[in-house]
Amino acid sequence: MCLAIPSKIVEINNNIGTLDVDGVKRKASLLLLEDPKIGEYVIVHAGFALHKIDESAAMETLKLLREAAAKVEQRH
Amino acid sequence: MGIKYLDEYRDVEISESIVQKIAAISKKNIRLMEVCGTHTMSIFRSGIRTLLPDTITLISGPGCPVCVTAQRDIDAFIELSRVDGVVLATFGDLMRVPGTKSSLQKESAAGSDVRIVYSPMDALEIAKKNPEKKVVFLGVGFETTAPTIAASILSAKEMGIDNFYVYSAHKLVPPALTVLMETKGVKIDGFILPGHVSVIIGINAYAQFFDQYKVPSVVTGFEPVDLLQAISMLVEQVETGKPCLGNGYQRAVTSEGNVKAQSVMRDVFEPMDANWRGIGVIPGSGLKIRKAFEPFDAQKMFNVETTDTKEPKGCACGEILTGLKIPPECSLYKKACTPTDPVGPCMVSSEGTCAAYYRYHDSD
Ligand code: SF4
Repeated sequence: MCLAIPSKIVEINNNIGTLDVDGVKRKASLLLLEDPKIGEYVIVHAGFALHKIDESAAMETLKLLREAAAKVEQRH
Repeated sequence: MGIKYLDEYRDVEISESIVQKIAAISKKNIRLMEVCGTHTMSIFRSGIRTLLPDTITLISGPGCPVCVTAQRDIDAFIELSRVDGVVLATFGDLMRVPGTKSSLQKESAAGSDVRIVYSPMDALEIAKKNPEKKVVFLGVGFETTAPTIAASILSAKEMGIDNFYVYSAHKLVPPALTVLMETKGVKIDGFILPGHVSVIIGINAYAQFFDQYKVPSVVTGFEPVDLLQAISMLVEQVETGKPCLGNGYQRAVTSEGNVKAQSVMRDVFEPMDANWRGIGVIPGSGLKIRKAFEPFDAQKMFNVETTDTKEPKGCACGEILTGLKIPPECSLYKKACTPTDPVGPCMVSSEGTCAAYYRYHDSD
């Protein structure tokens, strides 16, 4: 039931957002988001955007994971 | 073109390195439960079970909303679909769930107006376009879904739509965790906590549970890297004897969650005791529509009778939902019960544990 694919807000019209998921456009309600903005990435469930992806947290996690991966590589 | 923040979390190299780390640190035999149906599907699909050392057993919990819906509610849905002038709007997963005597799919074939929608807003749209009909939306889901349905009720009120109703069979995750810890015969050494439920309720919502049981618990997302990362965090907590309540999904989950969604949910719903399939009544684990929104409450506005409700004979769904059994231990699994001819909801829903085993488990 949960669609985990981050979608980008490309248009906002009366609390309805047009979202882009890898080139495919679809609509979702923005009623449950605080202050949605064009260009932000959101998670969508049952036709509603539920959360903005925290870009810095996403990058930070990846950086840590990559570093950890590199360390494991060295050991082997 | 890659999808931002998706491909990275499917990275094979990162996954492999986490698997190696898990193998290196895991000594004790442990059982970890994933509480979310979407996690169950991701774990099976990505083959994570086969990558883990023998010390780690993954068990599935009560995280498939359709599966935990009580048989009495399923029977009430079916009765509702028979009411004159009713259009029943539902997420697709409910269609084939067998009630005591029928299913929504059978009712639909027999002439009831049952429509599959993707969002409660679609149901509201049907109500708007068909003022002579009574449109009932079946509210089945956890904290991820409840705010979307609450928002649709608020919209209906705002737009003055008076032929839209919701049957609220919502369930809440934290109260169920307590029951899982108290269930005799189930040993759970750590919880992989749901991602999108946590997007809404936040890490803090588990604090009370965690303080009480001190069992390793990590919230995470749905990609292989997310899941492996959570498993690695849990194994580390077990091995060091330092349980904590961790957040492995920081790009989407905060401590306080989506406050706006929580307040929308609180405006429309209040907690109630709810009956879960196979578990029974869990105090404060459901949501009912507040008195102020009674005209939208299908349970109040339609008086459907459900008598002789019976769960499917021989179906072990209830025990599977609490981790007491795995699907191959059900005598009907793969014999009388298959995805094309399901006996219980755990085989119907795309997120059901029996369906996941059937599709991806080939070792038996
Ligand atoms: S295999 Fe079928 S009958 Fe057995 S527990 Fe699963 S859903 Fe129920």
